[in-house]
Formats: sequence, structure tokens, C-alpha cells
Amino acid sequence: MIQHMVDGVLVGSIYALGAIGLTMVMHMLRFANFTHAELLSVGAYIALVFDKLFTSLAPILATKIGPLSMTLALSLAMIVSMALTAASAVVIDRLVFRRIRQRGDMLSMVFASFGVALILRNVIGLIFGLGTTLYSKDIAFAVIISLDPLLMVRPDQIAVLGVALVLMLVLHLVLSRTIFGYALRAVAENASLAQVNGINLGRIVVAVWLIGGALAAAAGVFYGLTNQITPVIGRDLLMPVFAAAIVGGIGSVYGAAMGGFLVGLAANLALVILPSGYSPSVPFLIILVVLILRPNGMFGEARP
Amino acid sequence: MLSARNVQAGYVPDLPILREVSVDVAKARVTAIIGPNGAGKSTLIKAIAGLVPISSGQIIHEGRDITNIRPDRMAAQGIAYVPQNDNIFRSLTIRENLDLALRRAGPRADEIREALFARFPPLAAKQRDKAGSLSGGQRQFLALANALAVEPRLILMDEPSAGLAPKATEEVLEMARELTTQGVTILLVEQNVTQALRLSDHCYILAEGRNQIDGKAADLLGDKVVAEIYLGGKRLRVGA
Repeated sequence: MIQHMVDGVLVGSIYALGAIGLTMVMHMLRFANFTHAELLSVGAYIALVFDKLFTSLAPILATKIGPLSMTLALSLAMIVSMALTAASAVVIDRLVFRRIRQRGDMLSMVFASFGVALILRNVIGLIFGLGTTLYSKDIAFAVIISLDPLLMVRPDQIAVLGVALVLMLVLHLVLSRTIFGYALRAVAENASLAQVNGINLGRIVVAVWLIGGALAAAAGVFYGLTNQITPVIGRDLLMPVFAAAIVGGIGSVYGAAMGGFLVGLAANLALVILPSGYSPSVPFLIILVVLILRPNGMFGEARP
Repeated sequence: MLSARNVQAGYVPDLPILREVSVDVAKARVTAIIGPNGAGKSTLIKAIAGLVPISSGQIIHEGRDITNIRPDRMAAQGIAYVPQNDNIFRSLTIRENLDLALRRAGPRADEIREALFARFPPLAAKQRDKAGSLSGGQRQFLALANALAVEPRLILMDEPSAGLAPKATEEVLEMARELTTQGVTILLVEQNVTQALRLSDHCYILAEGRNQIDGKAADLLGDKVVAEIYLGGKRLRVGA
């Protein structure tokens, strides 16, 4: 039971990173963006490419960081991946969503996001193959934290949780302590008023895609590091990430973070009573329950 | 100061709400736009602010053509707009609202913030509170403070008395009046005809998206036609 809870928190941090970007985009641009989960795949594969590139250019970068299976090359690759995935999110918006948005057709945005998600997934499969791969083929041994009850955690998982929490803290500080953060929150609350207050909406939309893309890339790399890298990462994480955003309340960054941990916990605790094959259905149930009992989520507000 | 010439504007193409409306706003004066519901008063002020597309006509501010200005570029032209509803960021604190408005003030930000807190003491006392916790009148003061933060030469106010108690209405409108003594020009839309005529120097009456009557507010206060149409037949006493 405690092992499931710990696993839930660890995977929850990945869901939270994915959900934060999703909730920001969904709240500001008012559409359910199914492409967002595929950005996790994009981020994971870009990091894979740059990990190999950095390792071949400078073999010293293949050095592992302490007890982690993560190398210096992968750390750098993750930073590059966050930047490139963020840029990809902006390019996708420019090429697809902005054009549809300008026509004011929000339903088409949702359909387009499905289409873009499928294209991204298949392009990744075409380039990298449909099989699974790993950042490191070395076996990452779990560390026994406690024998009774038995509690094991891999150092990578702890690192992922730590870095995810640091990223969330940085985002919190940006939102709560900087003028840029105030502007982001202002646009999310009332875009029209923000505009007459001199805030350039176009720039804020770009900033939201950049933040969402960067966090999605980090989530994708973390998922790849603690599981496997496959072209269907986006498909597998779509529901947990959406459930986290909905549980937290669309538009609430803090809610999405909290939602990520809750969904992670619920999905893992469900394994205590359900066969593992049913685990992916838990986010569906969470979405249903939240939408029935609290349609605006835990921290969300009703929007006109 | 500001001149709107033959403005035709509306939310939907080919369905104008304003038809050939013209308004002149004198510097450091209060100009009011009044009229019945659906007259196009708010549409006019939104069109000036760039929020409603103008299909024909022109808006000139201090000699510059600002027709269909991008709303986020108004502040750079010395214009601030205070909407009727939802005119503050409720999820931000009062201080964050002001800091956002002051972001281009540079080294003078602290000085301007202190001046605004001195002008609106209730806001200073609650500066760490969420703006959504303020009363109606205090919200209007915060909206006005946000507008003043950019040190505008022209403030566009859309029904500043909407939803306010009489005392709060009086305070907000008095504040607007007082700003003109510091050289600020006010163009306001007001549903409350009596208040608007008492407060303003010049007044335009719109109906069905067109200019009807305009003149000095003091003259309109005693005008029989105005009284008949807009004040239910009761003529107002000047200074009442």
C-alpha cells in the first residue's frame, strides 16, 4: 500500500508537469488541446537524439550523475529538448491553431488538435520506429528505503520528483513574484481587460505555449527515464494529464500540480484492488466523478 | 483633444450600431455621452478604445489618427480605458494590479504607487488582499487607480456609476471631476443622466446609434426636450 502511494507521488509529479502546460493553454485559448500529450513524446525523443549526439561528441558527458542512470549528456539534452519542444509548440500554434482561432471556430480547434496529435505520433513512429527504447541500458537498481513495510525507490524516481518540484517552484515564483507572471494571470482571467491595460495578447499566447511545451518536454524525458521511450507516450499519458488538469480546475496552475499528484496516487492505489490492466481506466473515472461533483475542479472558477 | 468624426462601428460586419456619430472632447474637461439603452454609448467608447471595429469615420487624438487602434497600444497614446464591469483583475492582489499597470513607469513606479495609495487610502490598507475581495466602490477606485498609473492625458470611463451605491457613485464621479483640474481629460458614458449632466462640462445625447443633441451640460439640464425625453418630464434645477 505504502509502495503504491510512493509510486503514485513519483509518477504524479510527471502528470503534474504535463497538466500545468495543458491547463494554461486550455484556459487561455479555450480549447481541449489533445496535442499537448504528444509534446511529451516529442520532448522525450528530442532528448534521446541530443543525448546520443552529446555522448558521441564528448564521451565524457556519458558520465552518470551520482547514483542516477541519468548522464550529464541527458541532462543537457533535456534542456535542449525543453527549448526545442517549446519552440515546436509555438510553431504548431502558428501553423494550425492560430489560423483556426482567428476564424473563431473553437470546435475546429479541438478536432485539429486530434489531427495534429495523430500526425506527431505517426511521424515519431516513422522516424524512430514503433519499438521501445531507453536513455540508458544500464539497470537502475531500486534502493530499499524500508523492509517492513517493504519500500523501494529508484534514485532516478527521487531525482525526477525533486526536479519536477523545482520546476513547479520556479513557475510559482514567476507567476507570483514577477510582472510577467502577473500579466500571464491577468490574461488568463480577463484577456480583454488585460489588452486595454497594454498587455500584448499575442506575446502572452506565445509565452504560454513556450512554458507548456518546455514543461511537457521535461515530463516526457522524466517518463522516458523512469519507464520506456515509445511513440505512444502521448497516448498513454493523455488521460492522466487531462484528468489532472480537470481535477485541479482548468486554468489553475496550482490545481493542475495538485491534480497530477492526486491522479498518480489514485491510479497507483487502484492497483491494490484492481488488476493492473484496469489501471489506465482510473483517470477516466476520476474525470467523470470530478465533472459530476465539481465541474470546475478543485481550484477552478466558472467562466462565462 | 479627441475628435470622433462620422464614426460607423459595430460588433458584426455590415451591422453597424453607431451610424455617423461625431463627438469632440475638450482638453481638461468632462464630456459625457448619455442616451437610452441601446443608443450605442458603450459601443462608442469601446470603438474609441479599439475594442469594436470602426468601419468608417475617424478618431483623432492630439492630432494623431487612432482609428482602430490596437487596445494594447492605447496607453502609449496617453489614453486609459476603465470598462463598466470586470474592470480589475480579481485574482491578483491590489498591489499586483497596480504593479502590472505601473510596469512601464520605470524608476518612477514607487513614487506613482505611493501617490495612488495616498489618493485612495482604502486601497493602501488592503494592498495585499485579492482585488476580488473589494466592495463595488473600492473596485471602481482600483480601476481608476490602474488607469491613473499610466499617467494618461485622456481617460475613457464606461458607466462608472454602474452597480454602485449613491455615496460611492458620488465619490467616483467627484474624483473624475477633480482629475480635470490636474489637466486630465475625461470622456464618460453614463446611464445616470442626472449625475452625468451635473458632473460634465459638455454632453452628447445619442439614440439609435446617432447624435441627437449636444451642448453645455448646464444648458441641457434646463432643456425642456431633454427633460421630456430623458428625465421623465422633470426638468432639473441647475446645481440641485
